[in-house]
Amino acid sequence: MYTWIWRQLPGGTPGKAALSLVLVLAVCALLLFVVFPWIEPSLPFSDVTVDQ
Amino acid sequence: MSAETDTARWETRPELPPRGQGVRERARRRRAGDVGRTVVRGIGQALVTLGLVVLLFVVYEVWVTDLLTAQRQGELSDELQEGWDAPTVTDPGGTPAPIDVALGQPFAVLHIPRLGADWSRVVVEGTGGEQLAQGPGHYAGTAMPGEQGNVALAGHRVGRGSPFLDLDRMRPGDPIVVETADFWFVYRVLGDAATGDLGADPSGIPGMQIVRPSQVDVIAPTPDGATDGAATGAYLTVTTCHPKYSARQRLIVHAVLDGSPVSRTEAPDGPDALRGD
Repeated sequence: MYTWIWRQLPGGTPGKAALSLVLVLAVCALLLFVVFPWIEPSLPFSDVTVDQ
Repeated sequence: MSAETDTARWETRPELPPRGQGVRERARRRRAGDVGRTVVRGIGQALVTLGLVVLLFVVYEVWVTDLLTAQRQGELSDELQEGWDAPTVTDPGGTPAPIDVALGQPFAVLHIPRLGADWSRVVVEGTGGEQLAQGPGHYAGTAMPGEQGNVALAGHRVGRGSPFLDLDRMRPGDPIVVETADFWFVYRVLGDAATGDLGADPSGIPGMQIVRPSQVDVIAPTPDGATDGAATGAYLTVTTCHPKYSARQRLIVHAVLDGSPVSRTEAPDGPDALRGD
């Protein structure tokens, strides 16, 4: 999977490395600010009320 | 005899395939091996990725939600102060006007000196996930600050600013101060302040208890009484999860109103209880 992505990235090794970093950060941001807030209410970790 | 068998074996051995076919066969086997390796590597990478995503979720829960909540608390505080500073018709008699707020609206500021000298959080109406993500929430339908009955509040233990991380450090007599538009209300944690025994309050209501999440009578008008029973005093109850990093149980702190409300015009900086009595 990662080998395939690496091969798809254009440019030489420095360019590929820079692009990979950008991709990793983009995925992290997507998870932290979109996916996790959306998925979290359906998880039981943050229940603090009684009977709810 | 054995020689015969050997010969027979030799003769029944299948003929080797022609040279060209053998090369193709080996190439086919090699390709199959490559596909197998690729699949196994793909599964391995997917599992490692999943592990990293779970770790990132922990980072989100424990730290990132703090940032989001701190920002929201700042906005709520400004919103509340603006509303309070706006000129309103106040009752000259000085009796607290009934507070009526819509779901999600901020209406009070909670101060708990035991949790930190400057510890304060804006309380919003409602205890849904959306409200609790902003700060401690007030169980809809329970008493409002100063009223007879039980002012029931819920808040997160870990994450979202961790308002009640150290709630288990509360001791009998500790002040829990609620600031509203016009008044300061001082509640004190139940229990025997002299001995520090949280379970020895004359009312029979413990200052702190750990209960199952289904135990709703902790927020009854009289804590631990009937949920539709009459109020026997002005109580305040805080619920949060227990133990830390878990939601298996609930940590409950009960407090009772101490003295009469202090007017904000008389004491703009708060009652003495806020400054260590």
